Amino acid sequence: MSLEVTDLVIEIDGVRVVDGLSFRVADGERLGIIGESGSGKSLTALAILGLLPEGAAASGSILLNDREVIGATERELARIRGDEVGIVFQEPQTALNPIRTVGRQIAEAPRIHRGLGRAARREVAVAGARRVGLPEPERIIDRYPHQLSGGQRQRVAIAMALALDPGLLIADEPTTALDVTIQAEILDLLRALVTDAGMSLVFITHDLAVLAQIATHAVVMESGRIVEQGPVATLLTAPRSPATQGLLRDARATLWRPDEKEER
Amino acid sequence: MTALLSGRGLSRTYRAPRTAHLAPRALTHALDGVDIDVHEGESLGIIGESGSGKSTLIRLLLALDIPTAGTVSFEGRQVDPAASARRLHWLRRQTGIVFQDPYASLDPRMRVGRIVAEPLWALGIPGDREARVAEVLADVDLPADAAGRYPHEFSGGQRQRIALARALVHGPRLLVGDEPLSALDVTVRAQIIGLIDRLRSRNGLSLLMVSHDIGVVQALCDRVIVLKDGRSVEEGPTSRVLRHPSAAYTQRLLAAVPTLPEA
Repeated sequence: MSLEVTDLVIEIDGVRVVDGLSFRVADGERLGIIGESGSGKSLTALAILGLLPEGAAASGSILLNDREVIGATERELARIRGDEVGIVFQEPQTALNPIRTVGRQIAEAPRIHRGLGRAARREVAVAGARRVGLPEPERIIDRYPHQLSGGQRQRVAIAMALALDPGLLIADEPTTALDVTIQAEILDLLRALVTDAGMSLVFITHDLAVLAQIATHAVVMESGRIVEQGPVATLLTAPRSPATQGLLRDARATLWRPDEKEER
Repeated sequence: MTALLSGRGLSRTYRAPRTAHLAPRALTHALDGVDIDVHEGESLGIIGESGSGKSTLIRLLLALDIPTAGTVSFEGRQVDPAASARRLHWLRRQTGIVFQDPYASLDPRMRVGRIVAEPLWALGIPGDREARVAEVLADVDLPADAAGRYPHEFSGGQRQRIALARALVHGPRLLVGDEPLSALDVTVRAQIIGLIDRLRSRNGLSLLMVSHDIGVVQALCDRVIVLKDGRSVEEGPTSRVLRHPSAAYTQRLLAAVPTLPEA
């Protein structure tokens, strides 16, 4: 699925927090949106799903396969959210319902959108759990979120987002709350799932090194504006804007460098 | 040479909650026989993932928790973790701690000046407290009028500077950080790393830092201990451990860290 955002403006109580964004994600492309806290990257993701918080208003244009999201009715939005665009958030702990089994949550969207019966829902849940590499799919779907590890919970959240085979997956800092070994597993999983299904991906992160692992193209945001966009390889090796150069310099100062000279 | 802070055979077990009525309660070994020495003037990093026992280790070393087994000493003097708060003042005067979340660790109802002065009151350190607070706020590059303001008026990075000022106000010799940079944006993180490095060399501070972030440890620490499931799996100079890890776990951990291509 292609996504085309043109002159997107988001205002919260009259304050402009996202100011004239334009970018495009071609069918099957993996786009990263990178920026620091408060740069407007998460609001942009929410706007694509028509999920902006109370008091926030979007204008401009967001086209999903040539269909306009801005100004769409609640009914159209509901269809877009389940069927066409899936989303994964940072904290699997808060994205999952603690009093529902994992399987029921994976099969929730298919139940609502496809009207599946009990047996079909169970099948969908097992298939979803297997697809994201959860151990013992037939058994794990009867468990509750608190019985799973953080990485397993994020796998459940991904299975939920993919349950209806959307054409676009939005992932908002999906590995930020995870340990680094688990982060590597989840990034591998996302890359494989997206490639296998020919899905497009919008991946939001504050971490340039994570961006380098997952995205082919990227948009760099600062204070609600895009300061630079292009192929990730170019951004990381020959950044043009001072903002990207600054991010890169600070990242290099704080990131592990495997080939650093022995200076200490 | 006697180490500044030293732990021997530190263990801490917890009883897990019952999984069913009358079911036996399993024992969790949060920390399992760890030896550690922090020497004067050095900067020691503890690397580990969730559940490795790194925060438990810090709590035991600072007598904030009582070990199931093992002992802690500061400059050869035995620490009694069960002692009253007053009887631990001598240890508290030598140590300062900064926690991960600058939003949770500062009392929102107190002015910054009062927050930073807290250790001076708590440890009964005499002198011109206001002057000392002004001095330490300047050390962490906060404006002089910060003392009269409230935490919510500051950004995450500035709050972490406030937390640093509080950790340093009573002139400790050892600064302990429990993931002090994890909640910060990368630009702010780089600034705070620079600040901690400067404070260390200016005040001759020793540093003990827990982090899951290899880059932060590489930037700040001379020596590193790798914890996994409550045990130390590898220990050595940071450059050696990060370049030529010998433990299988360290190798796996390092392989998982995303890196940037060189410019």
